[in-house]
Amino acid sequence: MADPHVTRLRHGALITLTLVLMTLLLLLPLGVIFTETFSRGLGAVLGALTDPDAIDAIRLTLTVAAVSVPLNAICGTAAAWCIGRFDFPGRTLLTTLIELPFSVSPVISGLVWVLLFGANGWFGSWLDQHEVRIIFALPGLILATVFVTFPFVARSLLPLMREQGAAEEEAALTLGATGWQTFFRVTLPNIRWALLYGVLLCNARAMGEFGAVAVVSGHIRGQTLTMPLFVEALFNDYDWVGAFSVAALLSLLALVTLGLRVLLERQMGGSRRDIF
Amino acid sequence: MPRPLLTRRDAITTAAGALLATTAHAAQPTSLLNVSYDPTRELYRDFNRAFIKAWKTKTGETLVVNQSHNGSGASARAVLDGLQADVVTLALAADIDALAKHGLLATNWQTRLPDNASPYTSTIVLLVRKGNPKQIHDWPDLLKPGVQVITPNPKTSGGARWNFLAALAWAQRQPGATDASAEAYIKALFHQVPVLDTGARGATTSFAQRGLGDVLIAWENEAFLVRKEFGDTDYETVLPSISVLAEPPVAVVDSIVDKRGTRKVAEAYLQYLYTPEGQEIAARNFYRPRDTATAAKYAKVFPPLKLVTIQDFGGWDKAQATYFADGGMFDRIYVPGK
Repeated sequence: MADPHVTRLRHGALITLTLVLMTLLLLLPLGVIFTETFSRGLGAVLGALTDPDAIDAIRLTLTVAAVSVPLNAICGTAAAWCIGRFDFPGRTLLTTLIELPFSVSPVISGLVWVLLFGANGWFGSWLDQHEVRIIFALPGLILATVFVTFPFVARSLLPLMREQGAAEEEAALTLGATGWQTFFRVTLPNIRWALLYGVLLCNARAMGEFGAVAVVSGHIRGQTLTMPLFVEALFNDYDWVGAFSVAALLSLLALVTLGLRVLLERQMGGSRRDIF
Repeated sequence: MPRPLLTRRDAITTAAGALLATTAHAAQPTSLLNVSYDPTRELYRDFNRAFIKAWKTKTGETLVVNQSHNGSGASARAVLDGLQADVVTLALAADIDALAKHGLLATNWQTRLPDNASPYTSTIVLLVRKGNPKQIHDWPDLLKPGVQVITPNPKTSGGARWNFLAALAWAQRQPGATDASAEAYIKALFHQVPVLDTGARGATTSFAQRGLGDVLIAWENEAFLVRKEFGDTDYETVLPSISVLAEPPVAVVDSIVDKRGTRKVAEAYLQYLYTPEGQEIAARNFYRPRDTATAAKYAKVFPPLKLVTIQDFGGWDKAQATYFADGGMFDRIYVPGK
């Protein structure tokens, strides 16, 4: 084998290369966003972020996340519980289906809703007759976001639930607990950190999603532009400061997510390998 | 849940229905949605402000005008898919014709307003870097070795189709020109294009922000805007010897305004584009005004240019089929990555 000195050198070179690449690919863009943002002073940034359209975009993004994240938390937990606890025909299929949104291009994830609910879609004329607006309105944005972010919660819970097994729940049930009692006193405490972890990732993606919501948005300023779409709109307006200010706000969200994620991973015992 | 009866389409129930059904917006003022194309953002930002004020003075009604901007074709597509546009203000008549073909508005829409329903016009010019280092003065100069030309994709961009036609107009009018020689010129021209953006605004950003290319074929208004936004000192506009008269049309979308009960205000909105104030706003945003008085006032800004119209190409239906449809001239001459 090679002598230890060479091995150490090789390790050193590899680590340096990784660090250089990391800096170039991850830190540099982040740095660019923040320097560009503050290039014209804090006042310009605050002005851009308190612009009525910006406030509408922020509010819309929060609304979309506030609906889709709890929805996914509930459905994701239910799905993970079903798959983790029971053996039934089609279990593998269901597991695969949960991951479907990961393998489908976000544009397709948006387009399916247009094909279903758009004016020329399957349910288009019925919806139009009843004056229900799904596409190019809030429901469409939520649907697209829910679809894209569905796997996060379920995928965070599944390995843990399989690992823990049903023994504790069975014990609770034999001791006379009701189904809900078992869930709230036994199941939920056992999975709480993993659940939070999943919710966190789900939220980050829900707020940052671009492709799927771009398709169903209709780009109405102040109404259907979420923050990522608004960044694009500002960029196309030649409003660099505005675009970078909103982008910085989104990046800040990513950084907070990252920090919380590290904390949560520690809570979960560090032994957990990354699922994503 | 009370559901408005909308099977009968008389005016009163539909107006009431629109109000009731969008419960979340029930208490809000009348709103219009103007679905437009990319380069008109600044124009309609100014124009909406003026119209809202004028409408308030005239009727006492508080109005909200919402804007949606995208590539012209993409915008038309969204309206087809159900985007509730009261008015469309697009880059070319073909895109509104597509809506008319699907029954969203009357097929005679272009005769309902003056000047082919185009309240302002524009043309296609060449934008070069300061000092014109590659000495580009007219269409043939674009073929000089080493000149990189930036223009968006005619398949997706309305502006790009006007660019294509402007270049073609020059080639067709050269001494001894034939169909083959014109096509050869266009083919050579697209050999000089390193990247096709999907929209006019994207192409402008490539040229001005990312510093790609030596010359941008662009809407005249877009060229003015670049000089305004990025500094007059960095760019120069070159007026070619011949170009096209681009007539971006506007129309009320009948099926939507009748459902929403907004026909009156939507029609007033478009008619206001033709008033002296509307024309003035268009001119200030670098669109050539139709009104002769306003045009005279801005004569220095918009020098006269030899222009052909879409009729010289046989109208949009024919131009679309000959040049841009699948198997058309663009498909024949364009080889991606070359």
